[in-house]
Amino acid sequence: MPANRFNNFTDYGIGIGLRSTHYNHILTRKPVVDWFEIISENFMVDGGRPLHILDRILEQYRVVQHGVSMYFGSAERPNREHLRRLKDLVKRTKTPWVSDHLCWGSVDGRYTHDLLPMPYTFEAAKLTAQKVREVRDTLEVPVAVENVSSYAEFHVSEMSEWEFLNEVVERADCGILLDVNNIYVSSQNHSFDPLTYVNSVPTERVAQIHIAGHSKYRKYILDTHDHPVIDPVWRLYSRAIERVGHTATLLEWDDSIPSFKQVHDEALKANKFLSSAALARAV
Amino acid sequence: MSLLSLQRRMARAVMTPLTPGERMRRLAPDGRPMRRVAAEFIKPNDRLTSFERLEIYNRQYWFRLVSGFAEDFPGVRAVLGDRRFDSLSKAYLKACPSRSFTLRNLGSRLESWLRTHPRWAGARQKLVVDMARLEWADIEAFDAKAEPVLKPEDLAGVDPGCLRLSLQPYIQLLDLRYPVDDLLLAVREDVPEDSQDASNAFNERRKRTRVAAVARLKPAPIFLAVHRVEYSVYFRRLEPEEFAILRRLRQGKSLNRATDGSFRGSKVPLDRRTEKLAQWFHNWAALGWFCRPQKRIAKS
Repeated sequence: MPANRFNNFTDYGIGIGLRSTHYNHILTRKPVVDWFEIISENFMVDGGRPLHILDRILEQYRVVQHGVSMYFGSAERPNREHLRRLKDLVKRTKTPWVSDHLCWGSVDGRYTHDLLPMPYTFEAAKLTAQKVREVRDTLEVPVAVENVSSYAEFHVSEMSEWEFLNEVVERADCGILLDVNNIYVSSQNHSFDPLTYVNSVPTERVAQIHIAGHSKYRKYILDTHDHPVIDPVWRLYSRAIERVGHTATLLEWDDSIPSFKQVHDEALKANKFLSSAALARAV
Repeated sequence: MSLLSLQRRMARAVMTPLTPGERMRRLAPDGRPMRRVAAEFIKPNDRLTSFERLEIYNRQYWFRLVSGFAEDFPGVRAVLGDRRFDSLSKAYLKACPSRSFTLRNLGSRLESWLRTHPRWAGARQKLVVDMARLEWADIEAFDAKAEPVLKPEDLAGVDPGCLRLSLQPYIQLLDLRYPVDDLLLAVREDVPEDSQDASNAFNERRKRTRVAAVARLKPAPIFLAVHRVEYSVYFRRLEPEEFAILRRLRQGKSLNRATDGSFRGSKVPLDRRTEKLAQWFHNWAALGWFCRPQKRIAKS
């Protein structure tokens, strides 16, 4: 299933996150990269260097927007200024789809700038889905929601995380940005089988996949995006690709960022799994 | 518990300042034990209590905001020293939590907060306020809008008496009590972008250099334009009369009204004023500081 309505019927391969430490390398060496993912908020400004760099990148590369503060799960209405700026950026980048997290992070107009976990309730699913629809209708591009890593669970939850994800995407009729590293991190923190999660995802809605590294502490795992992808996460990725088919895949590396080549090489390891899946389907 | 009520409860806990040892406080803001507050809405697991799970988010919140704030205000940090700056950051972030979807705006209220809470800046409050103003202006100038630059042909046939020149939105005009521009440049030269590999001895030497530079700084009023050239931000010292004209232009005054009275009390000799004006306007135009008018200029 290489293309679907949630990634605007595109057929993107392996991309990496656009990070400022790599700007110079990218703009001078012009490496071959299928696509870059940008953090929308970094470019939702009026001018200056950020937009200048973005325009130069757009001259040569395909860009997909990924947000970190829409907070689909926050009980308050979407911030109009945020939406206006996001829409301006969508027009600039011509991103085929927009993604953000299935989480909350603001309340009463105060922002935590964190991806806080949702209580898995029907009330929360209904409200979140409404917000996803409102954002999609405003932006006029498909929206994909990403599962987050979490470190806490709530007494009020009425279902599992994957059931909640399914409830939201069905109600919103939106796509999924499946982060297999986040599934792994949460499975370790909350003691569930990550394969059960991957096997429960509605494959026809997966617009994109994220892979990343994390940091292990004594009693929990933190989603730090500062290491290579570990084998158990590659295995989850392999299973996801086996179910979903060739899907736009992006490596996130946000801290202790190594050279461009190292990041790109790590991302390209996904090719092995994409090829195997393609072969298996052909047979 | 409704979604809103759960989110309010968790946000209140997450945004509660940490202990000096950077752990979650034992008491919630309402005086109840945080252990009980956490247990009311967060499940424990086989490794972590509800308190410990909530603490992960509490610590992440403060680590993220404090480090973001420090990145934006290295000059204020240099003036105050690390310990005082740390206390100031936490007090500011507690009083002025982010109200924006972007961390870029975290320091937008620092200047006004410092004016009403002078004790956090210590004995050199005015210097700290000046530095905070400069660093915020730097952030604003970096990514503010640039309008198309005014060209000579845009002025063809325009009555100079009615002419209103608009300044580029990215230009920030500052009147400061201290020459903090020099200090900030010194601080930036002192702190390489990637200082993780620097040795402790090297860091100590840098710190001493900064402390000495701050100690030497005496009040000396300056006028400054924080502006951009080729997407980089620069500080340009202005003469008082230049500053007065630019400020009036920014206020939307006509060219005549902006220049009228700008030399009041000036030390510039009368016979040199026309020449000065011509030189300033030439420089500002060369730097692209004037925007092409959005509305049609009144023609004579």
